[in-house]
Amino acid sequence: MKNVLIFGATSAIAEATAREYALKGCNLFLVARNTEKLETIATDLKVRGATDTAYAQLDINELQQHQSILELANSKWGDIDLVLIAHGTLPDQQACEASVEQSLDEIKTNALSTISLLTLLGNQFEQRKSGAIAVITSVAGDRGRQSNYVYGSAKAMVSTFLSGLRNRLAKSNVQVLDIKPGFVDTPMTAEFDKGPLWAQPQDIAKAIVKSVEKNRNIAYAPFFWWGIMMIIRNIPEFIFKKLKL
Amino acid sequence: MKISAWGNYPSVDTRLLLPSSFNSAEGLLSDCSSVIPRGLGRSYGDSSLSSEMLDSKLLNRFMSFDADTGMVTCEAGVSLADILEVFVPKGWFLPVTPGTKFVTIGGAIASDVHGKNHHCEGSFSDHVDSIVIATGSQGVVQCSRTQHSELFYATCGGMGLTGMVLAATFKLRPINSSYINETVVKAKNLAHALELLEKYESTTYSVAWIDCLSTGENLGRSILMVGEHSEQGALKAGKKSLLNIPVKLPGFLLNQFSIQAFNFLYYHKVLKEYSEHHIHYEPFFYPLDGIHNWNNMYGKGGFTQYQFVIPKAAGLDGMTEILDRIAQSKRGSFLAVLKTFGKGNDNYLSFPMEGYTLALDFKIDSKLFPLLDELDKIVLKHGGRLYLTKDVRMSEDMFKSSYPHWEQFVKIKQQYDEQGIFSSLQSKRLGI
Repeated sequence: MKNVLIFGATSAIAEATAREYALKGCNLFLVARNTEKLETIATDLKVRGATDTAYAQLDINELQQHQSILELANSKWGDIDLVLIAHGTLPDQQACEASVEQSLDEIKTNALSTISLLTLLGNQFEQRKSGAIAVITSVAGDRGRQSNYVYGSAKAMVSTFLSGLRNRLAKSNVQVLDIKPGFVDTPMTAEFDKGPLWAQPQDIAKAIVKSVEKNRNIAYAPFFWWGIMMIIRNIPEFIFKKLKL
Repeated sequence: MKISAWGNYPSVDTRLLLPSSFNSAEGLLSDCSSVIPRGLGRSYGDSSLSSEMLDSKLLNRFMSFDADTGMVTCEAGVSLADILEVFVPKGWFLPVTPGTKFVTIGGAIASDVHGKNHHCEGSFSDHVDSIVIATGSQGVVQCSRTQHSELFYATCGGMGLTGMVLAATFKLRPINSSYINETVVKAKNLAHALELLEKYESTTYSVAWIDCLSTGENLGRSILMVGEHSEQGALKAGKKSLLNIPVKLPGFLLNQFSIQAFNFLYYHKVLKEYSEHHIHYEPFFYPLDGIHNWNNMYGKGGFTQYQFVIPKAAGLDGMTEILDRIAQSKRGSFLAVLKTFGKGNDNYLSFPMEGYTLALDFKIDSKLFPLLDELDKIVLKHGGRLYLTKDVRMSEDMFKSSYPHWEQFVKIKQQYDEQGIFSSLQSKRLGI
């Protein structure tokens, strides 16, 4: 991977992943809302070994901007080889239950904006017949649970979309990677009590880099979530609906 | 949340504060009354414990690097491990490193850490050019040897009590290989060990492991390890270790017999009186980093490290007296490390002074502290002192009689922290 484009580049997992690619000497194009943070991160990545860095400010929900950002990124060092889509929010489930507007906003940020990007990227990469698209979804997308099903359903939509896109782009030699992290210790989850299942953003970053290298399709991160979610997916609904999950 | 430091003793309830920028650190401070900065929690005792904790975890970015001079500027939460990972492949190494790479730059400055090259290169802060610090009452200040110099000298080795280090500029040293040419020599006893340390004085890195349970004419038998950066071999950073002790082991596993056996085996594992090796810097500098959470080996009650320094003049006599007392107590230490210090620096609370330093790990139980009180008296008698970063129990008297510049330190601290919001369990215990 030579040219890497990252959406949601100021998120903890995205930044940790960017550092891995910086160590490999890649060019890194960062996209996020906060330019001050982007500048700090871009400087850091340069010191870490990135050949070059660039960044652009974007509110991901301004869908009409997506095309021009992609053009900008592709014009910087030539075709982008890897796109990592990492933006997202962790909705307040109870607030969403109380408000249609909030629920739909969260779905928009966590799913619709990603689908907009993927639609544009899918066409580009299909034509070019190379490259990789990696998207961070969540184990929460594997089954709806009362504690965060708005988030979960948004992630499920993206995962299903990715599955279809992968099916379509497989013929064009394009990797479509769905990364499903479990609990990750990031500023987004600062309020939670941390147990043994929690991973650090660096762990997820390493898993992402490895999964891209190995041309994987779906990667649970850390890997043991594959087993946990396998069990959770297979609990019969008549039992599942009574659980407090 | 409940936290403790590396020694797993004591533990306190604390409010965790996570500044993500210089501004947010300043903002969070306005709401604090008894706060201490903390990095990776590798100080052993209570120096990073308080009811409010400013964690530097999110301040982990590099800010600039000059490939001509090796001068790097980074935020306080960047760890030595991060620096090695980024810079070893480019041909640069840390100017000074302690025995673990899991410490942050903020922590390395606050403890003014030293390494195996103290006799040649001084301590970490001797390679620091400037520091950006969030103070209690003067806002964010940049200090160096020429700018707010008193704050600089108080902050280096100041245990985080002058404010929270936000960023620092320091100089890396150039290397041509990530390997070390190591020489290992066995010493029959303490006198022999000190003689060897003297003999290898001009070698950049040196340290001796001491079997502190041997007595009589074997008292102080040790294995001396000295090294220089090699010119041969690739430039590559170490790999991440997979070994871990995830839970605290039962305390009884470490006892007089198991420790004696370990020390016996460790000494006899080296068969030749003299040998040379070409080894990666990782096992040379960080043998224990290979096992994550090795501190859990000491069980629930925790442990402490007793590290003291005594002046060169007191050398053999002082060391013999202390080692005798420890051997007599039969409280062995898994790892006892002896090293020579070169001249100390101008910082008010930095630990090193010209002489010999010995570090011993002890499991904490009811009989330990009375023994350490006795050792304090011997250390003091010989004009020595204890390392604040390892300390968890020294008395206010001991501290104030052995750190001659503590009053100046307090004066400067008060100047930059008028309300006295920066404090730790340790600073309260020591009356600073």
